Amino acid sequence: MSQVLDTPPPAPATPEDDPAALAARHGLTVSGARPSLPAYIRQLWARRHFITAFATAKLTAQYSQAKLGQVWQVATPLLNAAVYYFIFGFLMGTSRGVPDYVPFLVTGVFVWTFTQSSIMAGTRAISGSLGLVRALHFPRAALPVSYALQQLQQLLFSMAALIVILLCFGVPVGASWLLTIPALALQFVFNAGVAMVMARMGAKTPDLAQLMPFLLRTWMYVSGVMWSIDRVLSNQHLPQAVLLALECNPAAIYIDLMRFALIDTFHASQLPHHVWAVAIGWALVAGVGGFIYFWKAEETYGRG
Amino acid sequence: MADTRNERVPTVIADRVPTVIADRVDIVYRVNGTGAGRGSATAALNRILRGKKAEQTAGVRKVHAVKSVSFTAYKGEAIGLIGTNGSGKSTLLKAVAGLLPVENGRIYTNGQPSLLGVNAALMNDLTGERNVLLGGLAMGMSREQVRERYQEIVDFSGINEKGDFITLPMRTYSSGMAARLRFSIAAAKDHDVLMIDEALATGDRSFQKRSEARIRELRKHAGTVFLVSHNNKSIRDTCERVLWLERGELRMDGNTEDVLKEYEKFTGGKG
Repeated sequence: MSQVLDTPPPAPATPEDDPAALAARHGLTVSGARPSLPAYIRQLWARRHFITAFATAKLTAQYSQAKLGQVWQVATPLLNAAVYYFIFGFLMGTSRGVPDYVPFLVTGVFVWTFTQSSIMAGTRAISGSLGLVRALHFPRAALPVSYALQQLQQLLFSMAALIVILLCFGVPVGASWLLTIPALALQFVFNAGVAMVMARMGAKTPDLAQLMPFLLRTWMYVSGVMWSIDRVLSNQHLPQAVLLALECNPAAIYIDLMRFALIDTFHASQLPHHVWAVAIGWALVAGVGGFIYFWKAEETYGRG
Repeated sequence: MADTRNERVPTVIADRVPTVIADRVDIVYRVNGTGAGRGSATAALNRILRGKKAEQTAGVRKVHAVKSVSFTAYKGEAIGLIGTNGSGKSTLLKAVAGLLPVENGRIYTNGQPSLLGVNAALMNDLTGERNVLLGGLAMGMSREQVRERYQEIVDFSGINEKGDFITLPMRTYSSGMAARLRFSIAAAKDHDVLMIDEALATGDRSFQKRSEARIRELRKHAGTVFLVSHNNKSIRDTCERVLWLERGELRMDGNTEDVLKEYEKFTGGKG
């Protein structure tokens, strides 16, 4: 009803007491201003229990209406792997030349799903939680981080399923399995960083959530989830730059690291050069860059 | 209830501590997809491609929701906000909470004002129990604080009066029960500045009485309370000062009785 296009004349300022001076005298601060980066990190750290509680809550809420309940945490990734095996292993025969194809495929699918769903959830982290953002004050980065953490918890369930599959296919337990821990930690930092970037972009342009599935699917097909980049590319005469780009693709790096850690027939020679350095590099670039990028727009989230 | 206005803390003007200062605040909403083109795909595309310039031509409409409002709220005050629907009350509260940007002017606050709206978000698929924990953590309480206050929150909400409902998912609650739980969670923390948007309209009479008592308690803990309500009785019972907003302008600011008398004259009757 009160729609007026021109600004009304400013009311006269109270002569004896300037509001700004009064505010300064009593230590009042401007409402809704962005905190400094160190203060922001402190606030975020103070909310760490909220971040974990929120992630766990989201995870358990997911299947609370299903009859089988939390069984779906393990059943969903297993069914996913079965579908991919049926199509790529059985119908298309992509498995040719890859030893231990089922463990290879399932590891790829699970690790990729971790990145994919973190990014997808990150895109909707702010735009999908507007009620929370508009009602309560907390560092907004808690949301994308929490969503990434939820996906990490989800992945841990998948890993339990994966270990069963590995043992069923006779992959021996080895000391290299311990390498999954640093690999997962790096991937989590990378995912959280990208989720924060997407959260800021998704908050401004919610349409991104419609676009992301297509971008992510394209990314999946070039990341060697179902096929071995190493084997397929060695036969093709691709320019060096394209090969390098495919090899340094962060998703492919994290997937290959996990395969190297878990599957004994996946040799170090199949990994790109300096793989750990590249994995750490991606995690740092995405994690630190994403955090700063997200923080820069902190005061704008949930508005308009 | 009536005695509350008598036990008003006598404040000496000189050492009153301000908690919220609004300095000529303007708030403008921008609404996409109105006017020429009516939000058609081409108009939207045009807006995206041409950015700000196209805003005027592609039908982005501005709604001036709050116009040049100034006031100063002090420690220990309970302030009612009244006005007809669409007069900018909720918008003003959101801006004070730092959840909406102001177009012109400044809002200064002491600490972090918290907005207690009836739509504060909790997760419907989770049990009341977990929502208490989640809500408490979200407000910045520590795990220990939430655990300490847990029983208090549940008792206050009265959720368990009719059986063990707190261990059921919130989607099974009636709207009144959910609103009561939300209020109880939000009121569990001592806020510097607490803003309540129509929260008292929900819940039954006994719960309303309890919430009014809780608001008075919060006020004694040196906070400032803002209350938006269309229920003049609950304003009279809880507030001693009232801001009357009409068409986004501050029409009156003063003693509850005086302002309400004028407001009732304006709206034509008690109400």
